[in-house]
Amino acid sequence: MDNAAREFFAAEVERLADRLYGTALRLTRNANDAEELVAETVAKAWAKLAELRDRQCFEAWIQRILANTFLSDCRHRRACPEVALEAEVEGEDDEPFSLFEKLHQPFLLWWTDPAESAIAKLLREDIERALDALPDAFRVAVVLVDVQGHSYAEAAELLGVPIGTVRSRLARARTALQRALWQHARDAGFVDSHDKRKDDRDQAAHPL
Amino acid sequence: MTKPPIRCEDVLKHLVAYLDREIDAEVAADIERHLEECRGCFSRAEFERKLKEQVRSTGAAVAPARLRARIRELVEKF
Repeated sequence: MDNAAREFFAAEVERLADRLYGTALRLTRNANDAEELVAETVAKAWAKLAELRDRQCFEAWIQRILANTFLSDCRHRRACPEVALEAEVEGEDDEPFSLFEKLHQPFLLWWTDPAESAIAKLLREDIERALDALPDAFRVAVVLVDVQGHSYAEAAELLGVPIGTVRSRLARARTALQRALWQHARDAGFVDSHDKRKDDRDQAAHPL
Repeated sequence: MTKPPIRCEDVLKHLVAYLDREIDAEVAADIERHLEECRGCFSRAEFERKLKEQVRSTGAAVAPARLRARIRELVEKF
């Protein structure tokens, strides 16, 4: 590999270090494992650099290598033996849940637009916590599609499952995520309900 | 014959796929037209879009200096 290629590669991995590390952290949920995953990804990416046809696509390409490395490690139960890629709850049907609809319930007290207000108050760590608490198969689907930006077809290929499985895992992951954020919004006092008892009953019926 | 406009319930049914860009172009265009005119569906779509963006933003974290140094070392050895 020539010097220009090395300089290009060095600049790109330097530029993308935060995003690669952040994605790795969402996948592994562990700082040390995330560092290992990024280092392994960088080494693999360099070895495969000649395969990269369009340098404009470097980020998508290296993110794919990162996902593949993580999934391959999981399958071999090396880096993350606790990660279960198969959804043990596959097939069960969650009841639909919409945070937006919850925020617009008539008995809630709002001084401003409820959706705007809730979104503004949700902190990054609230979302991270809710995401990290998802079952592994659901969390990985969300990271592949929402965090890394893969299409459903790409996520299906990476996971080795049919596209319908990706769609259903995503739908259930997002339902669980919105339910967790709703619970957090209530616990943190973002929403003030006239009818908390009814809402508590609803929440108890659908724990995350 | 002109096609009837898409209804709110159909917009909501396809909203996730629309935001994920996993829907065919014709339905996406119908949804876009609907969102320009329907305040309720527009608010819902904006909320889901912002939430999706928040989830995406969790994919960036400050890489520790130790990791950055390790990456630089790796690249120097290549």
